[in-house]
Amino acid sequence: MSILVIAEHDNSSLKQATLSVVAAAKAIGGDIDVLVAGENCAAVAEAAAKAEGVAKVLVADNAAYGHFLGENLGELVAEVGKGYSHILSSAGTTGKDFMPRVAALLDVAQVSDIIRVESEDTFVRPIYAGNAIATVKASDSIKVVTVRPTGFDPVAAEGGSASVEQIDVVKDAGLSSFVGEQKAESDRPDLASAGIVISGGRGMQNGDNFKMLEQVADLLGAGIGASRAAVDAGFVPNDMQVGQTGKIVAPQLYIAVGISGAIQHLAGMSDSKVIVAINKDEEAPIFQVADYGLVADLFEAVPQLEEELKKAL
Amino acid sequence: MKVLVAVKRVIDYNVKVRVKPDNTGVDLANVKMAMNPFCEIAVEEAVRLKEKGIASEIVVVSIGPKACQEQIRTALALGADRGIHIEADGDVQSLDAAKLLKAVVEKEEPKLVILGKQSIDSDNNQTGQMLAALTGMGQGTFASEVVVDGEKVNVTREVDGGLMTLSLNLPAVVTTDLRLNEPRYASLPNIMKAKKKPLDTMSAADLGVEIASRLTTLKVEAPAGRSAGVKVADVAELVDKLKNEAKVI
Ligand SMILES: Cc1cc2nc3c(=O)[nH]c(=O)nc-3n(C[C@H](O)[C@H](O)[C@H](O)COP(=O)(O)OP(=O)(O)OC[C@H]3O[C@@H](n4cnc5c(N)ncnc54)[C@H](O)[C@@H]3O)c2cc1C
Ligand SMILES: Cc1cc2nc3c(=O)[nH]c(=O)nc-3n(C[C@H](O)[C@H](O)[C@H](O)COP(=O)(O)OP(=O)(O)OC[C@H]3O[C@@H](n4cnc5c(N)ncnc54)[C@H](O)[C@@H]3O)c2cc1C
Repeated sequence: MSILVIAEHDNSSLKQATLSVVAAAKAIGGDIDVLVAGENCAAVAEAAAKAEGVAKVLVADNAAYGHFLGENLGELVAEVGKGYSHILSSAGTTGKDFMPRVAALLDVAQVSDIIRVESEDTFVRPIYAGNAIATVKASDSIKVVTVRPTGFDPVAAEGGSASVEQIDVVKDAGLSSFVGEQKAESDRPDLASAGIVISGGRGMQNGDNFKMLEQVADLLGAGIGASRAAVDAGFVPNDMQVGQTGKIVAPQLYIAVGISGAIQHLAGMSDSKVIVAINKDEEAPIFQVADYGLVADLFEAVPQLEEELKKAL
Repeated sequence: MKVLVAVKRVIDYNVKVRVKPDNTGVDLANVKMAMNPFCEIAVEEAVRLKEKGIASEIVVVSIGPKACQEQIRTALALGADRGIHIEADGDVQSLDAAKLLKAVVEKEEPKLVILGKQSIDSDNNQTGQMLAALTGMGQGTFASEVVVDGEKVNVTREVDGGLMTLSLNLPAVVTTDLRLNEPRYASLPNIMKAKKKPLDTMSAADLGVEIASRLTTLKVEAPAGRSAGVKVADVAELVDKLKNEAKVI
């Protein structure tokens, strides 16, 4: 068996999610190559070559891949990947965008968002917002799979010494072009890989009040998330949404503040090791999954939390 | 221009999903079904394009058992003009859904195809992208804004780091994210009118597509589940527990 892992990156650094995808590839077993497609992405290729368990890094460095357009990546990966038994990527928004194109071009099914590998052709994935867990067997000769990074402990980032090979396959479908982007600038840890996440919901009332959470997050080195209601209300940007249709997180500690605990929200955080809920309604469903629940007004509890943490840390 | 919208019949998002005791799937007997929420957003976007004078006709298509004509009627009540029901009783997986939709695209030649980004049952997030690849169209996935501009469409997408805007040649495929719009409710008169709108039924064979399951679900289980922990009296106790009991800070 031979597995092609598509690296997730921003042209300058390798996303940690890729290390989790390599871990999933190791669980399948076989030779693991990593494809780095981007523009001026040599540093990413270098980082990928150091990852544990990688045999070879293929680099497709071209302007056509600079913005990870799904049409171009789809054609590239379908071409490079057709010699492999498995093609894997993370289930981030980039992987979700191009991988189904790869599957369609190869005329095979895709298995989305796996959280476990049972064997080379059998995978475990949540359905119905995590309310059911399906074990699925794929019969196609090439398995196209997206991996939920929180399901797999990342392989070591250092220690490997894979060879690096340039490939000059240029696929520019000419169907789409990049216009612009609005990146949420923040020095905080990435939500998906943060060890601690503190999230606010509709109970926060407005965007300014999220500053209270920021102060706590700064003390804990935490990432900040939100419920859909908080994003829809415009308190915070969309990339902070945790849940079925937002980001999936599984930190050591998840603190939900003013969040009721709708199933769609729980789908994004119920694999966290320890869950804390702060809510003034003792009937809120979030308490049914919380290891530690505090029934309190958040506008009193969060400032107190900041004070207590200053003392304790 | 003509807009094609794909809508899927799924379990209502408010329903508490239960796994069948024999682990073969999820219990759908006597469960409330509804249009997939992302598909409602897709229909709404098409209707708004029509109200702006950009769309001339909205065709809505659904693949599934006879009952999914209910969701087509809902879309017609919301403002779509015409329905196509592709009858399929068993499990229609994403690639086959995409092949069927491709056949409809070839017949109807829409300028824009709008789908939901994912259906809330299988959570696959595949069909739109597969359709785009099979028809050689560009794709604007997870859209939060769609602006048609002559022979192009600009799509702003919700991506991991924030927002990203693409320009796509038409025809193109767009998949909807939550913040694209807030769908309206159908009014009673419109529900009545929808009953008279045309609805064609066809089979996969009519479209020349063979349905082949490539994925077999071996079992479906309930998640491990978490049990409620303890309530703490105050913030001081909370911090103490996190530090000394759970040891996570
Ligand atoms: C298709 C679909 C997809 C969805 N995807 C997601 C998703 O990915 N992520 C997601 O989060 N949601 C998602 N949702 C929405 C979800 O169903 C809920 O509507 C949402 O999670 C509610 O957010 P909330 O808990 O912040 O708000 P609410 O349910 O309004 O809860 C607010 C909570 O704050 C508490 N509160 C208010 N004031 C205070 C105070 N002063 N002190 C303490 N507590 C207070 C209240 O008691 C209440 O429990 C989705 C819905 C649909 C239909
Ligand atoms: C009653 C029923 C039971 C099922 N049971 C199983 C099962 O046990 N195991 C299993 O693997 N699969 C099962 N399926 C099939 C599974 O849901 C398919 O994978 C699905 O139909 C393909 O769409 P998706 O969820 O991948 O779509 P996604 O790619 O997640 O959906 C994106 C969008 O594609 C469009 N779309 C998708 N499907 C349709 C459709 N049918 N008609 C019109 N537009 C559509 C919609 O716009 C949707 O918002 C079942 C389907 C039904 C109807």
